Amino acid sequence: MKVIVSGCGKIGAAIVESLLKEKHDITVIDVDKEVVERVTNRYDVLGYLGNGASYDVLLGAGADKCDLFISVTASDEFNMLSCFVAKKAGAKNTVARIRNSEYNNDSLEFIKNELGLNVIINPELLTAQTIFNVLELPSATSIEVFSSSETEMIELSLKEGSKALGIPLYELRKKHDFNFLVCLVSRDGEVYIPNGHFTLQAGDRIGVFVSKSNTRKLLKAFGLEHKPIKSVMIIGASKTAYYLSKLLTDAKTSVKLIEIDKDKCEEFSSVNDKISVINGDGMSQDLLLEEGILEVDAFVTLTGKDEQNVLMSVYSQGKNVQKTLTKINREEILDISKSIGLETVINPKNLVADVLVRYARALENSKESKIETLYSLLSGNAEAGEFKVLSDFKHTNIPLKNLKINENILIAGIIRNREIIIPCGEDVILEGDKVIVITAGLSLMDLGDIIK
Amino acid sequence: MNYKLILSTILKVVKVEAVLMILPLIASAIYRETTVFYTFLITMVSAYLLSFILERLVKPSSQGFYSKDGFITVAFSWIAVSIIGSLPFYISGEIPSFIDALFETVSGFTTTGASILKDVESLSHGLLLWRSFTHFIGGMGVLVFIMAITSKTTDRPIHILRAEMPGPIVSKLVPRSKDTAKILYLIYISLTIICIIFLLFGGMDLFEAILHALGTAGTGGFGMKNNSIAGYSPYIQWVLAIFMLLFGVNFNLYYLLLIKKVGAVLKSTELKTYFIIVLVSIITITINVYSLYGNFMGALTASVFQTSSIITTTGYSTADFNSWPTLSKTILFALMFIGGCSGSTAGGIKVSRVVILFKKIRLTLKKLIHPNAVSVVKFEGEKIEDGTSLEIGNYVSLYFICFAIITLLLSFNNFDFETTVSSVAACFNNVGPAFGLAGPISSYADFNGFSKLVLSFAMLMGRLEIYPLLLALSPSTWIKK
Repeated sequence: MKVIVSGCGKIGAAIVESLLKEKHDITVIDVDKEVVERVTNRYDVLGYLGNGASYDVLLGAGADKCDLFISVTASDEFNMLSCFVAKKAGAKNTVARIRNSEYNNDSLEFIKNELGLNVIINPELLTAQTIFNVLELPSATSIEVFSSSETEMIELSLKEGSKALGIPLYELRKKHDFNFLVCLVSRDGEVYIPNGHFTLQAGDRIGVFVSKSNTRKLLKAFGLEHKPIKSVMIIGASKTAYYLSKLLTDAKTSVKLIEIDKDKCEEFSSVNDKISVINGDGMSQDLLLEEGILEVDAFVTLTGKDEQNVLMSVYSQGKNVQKTLTKINREEILDISKSIGLETVINPKNLVADVLVRYARALENSKESKIETLYSLLSGNAEAGEFKVLSDFKHTNIPLKNLKINENILIAGIIRNREIIIPCGEDVILEGDKVIVITAGLSLMDLGDIIK
Repeated sequence: MNYKLILSTILKVVKVEAVLMILPLIASAIYRETTVFYTFLITMVSAYLLSFILERLVKPSSQGFYSKDGFITVAFSWIAVSIIGSLPFYISGEIPSFIDALFETVSGFTTTGASILKDVESLSHGLLLWRSFTHFIGGMGVLVFIMAITSKTTDRPIHILRAEMPGPIVSKLVPRSKDTAKILYLIYISLTIICIIFLLFGGMDLFEAILHALGTAGTGGFGMKNNSIAGYSPYIQWVLAIFMLLFGVNFNLYYLLLIKKVGAVLKSTELKTYFIIVLVSIITITINVYSLYGNFMGALTASVFQTSSIITTTGYSTADFNSWPTLSKTILFALMFIGGCSGSTAGGIKVSRVVILFKKIRLTLKKLIHPNAVSVVKFEGEKIEDGTSLEIGNYVSLYFICFAIITLLLSFNNFDFETTVSSVAACFNNVGPAFGLAGPISSYADFNGFSKLVLSFAMLMGRLEIYPLLLALSPSTWIKK
């Protein structure tokens, strides 16, 4: 697919990297010569220097023939104009980053329709929603809900003392009266798809496939049950904090926000009077103690400085706050944060890149409609895809144990008549089913590819 | 540096070279040249097997690949390709000295066309074809070819494209390097086929036509006659002259023509300058050599052919320009250095660099008169950053420093001054025939072994635009500090 990415900052580069892995032909546009040079040196893409909203530049970069035009410059208005011109020039699909809260309200739908935008991405809103989802189920590091079924893929970090440790998976499953499937294990930086004889250890990050109604049971069984989050402390009055506090207060959770800039504090308290806004430095431990870090259920760092976020989160984890979430933008810090053991790290640019990869795959597969949804798991090391079984799949009605399935592939679920089957060796795939396939280290484009 | 990845890429190159030897193998089978046939067979099989086995042993652990790795890969791939490529000449015994065989092969791959053979006509058909085929492979670049046919060489192929493609600014045609390489090769092959067809109409047999088309496409200059093209009809001479000029044009422009952006092609400053230089040279030389030929057509044909042959650094000849008046010789000498357009198969400094350099010099003069004047150098409608023009200035300075050093090394051979200077110019710029003892009707056979190695090195340096070999030689590349 021909893709044009206009604006190549942090988010733009993350999008380029992810889409390049999907084998798309990418052209990048930016006004900054250095940015274009850096991106073309780093990635196998065509660089185009110029104003991404100018008709001439867009034509020069081939927007008239592109399948997907993505504008992610820092300016919302520029992105809107850029996408509008690109669409009029002939771009098939357009994606704009619009993040200003003044646009992100009921009028957004109007803008979207009138400008012919296909997707609007708001990294801050996306980040806020992701954080909100994690806070809903605090013992999971992340949750993906499969849309067509009542099932979830939850990621958990196993700590010392969990009831799931030390026994093989098949015995673990026998011990409980409900169905679940441990699909992925990330240990020492390697991702495994475990078989029944696999034994979990403390420190493993695992992906478990379970039906939504059994999620709480599962957490209890794994000894990971937590009380629900009722109070949250947020550091940094960023746009993400704005969206997050709105989501939280709507869900009747109490929010305390600490921000160093007085003007921002005032602005914040004027838009949302349900939260208590504190003017002060979140790096000051005295202030955190005074404002009750020991009593809150969750601590979320959302300042613009990655280093500060990491330090504050380390402090919070040291104080045994039930849940600590850290927002990190830069790749370098992301690696460091894992090695010092931050439990839940949110990386906005990867969230955006995931959304776009999913969208691009959906576009590409729209004719065959093979992949319904796709999720990236365990920091992008594995994927879960939901496939529709069409008549071209030749291995229907064969028990799974007789199928020669490729390595690093697992059939996690079969959805038949809206019922989820977490399969065992005797189950079969039928035409019309939806199959949820987990893969580690490779991308699956067609269900037929799972068979050797 | 990622040594394993570099080595495995070089092995891949050798493997592909072995496969490409099928062409001369077939030729020697058709002409029933048993010795040459077995020579190619042995070389092919052993080179392929060896690189195949070594490739299994060297598994690159990471895909990390940077600008430096690109330069080193290119430098050593070319050296490897030259050594393997010289084996058939040496093993078959048709060129008994290994240094001579190496010189001939380097000259082939770098599209120089300088030969140590006193009697080309005695060479077998298989080896003749291989000699010209090396021009074709080397013209567009060995690694670019690998890139076009294999699924993936490295994570960042742009570094290889930059290191192997001539010219100051290497730009891709389409987002993927692989597709860019494919398009370039398709244009290259199509133009070559058209050239073959035109030559067939001129009465050449198929072998002759293919051979000369390959030599023209790579702007190399290996032929099969001792007097190069002089014995062929004026039609053939004109066809070759025109095709040489076409292969000296930036291939990106052909792509623009294909996607119907004629306007952009006509606006190209480099193209215009290239043709103006050609035209002025032709007119001057025609007037200058008129008295030698006595008729206008004869003088014009010779002048057109020689001008296009030298500016595109091909090196075919229809006349012994060694005996031409000094003015014509000096013009040809200057053309050797200017060379073709960037992104073509020609050698030399490249027209684009010359244009930018002159514009920069004019700006400097202007600044001397109006110290506060603000103006920028523009090329192809775009502003040339100070960094780029400085780079070009440095490159040209380096070019002449290298030229001086190589000339110094060659003077140990104690030939006359004209021969020494012009043969370095001819090799460094990948032209081929020079003046004096290395003129178009003589050969490089009389140089000693050391000089031949120096000239081989000069040819590689000229083809790869200095930096890859300089980096490969510089200690700081290898010593970890």
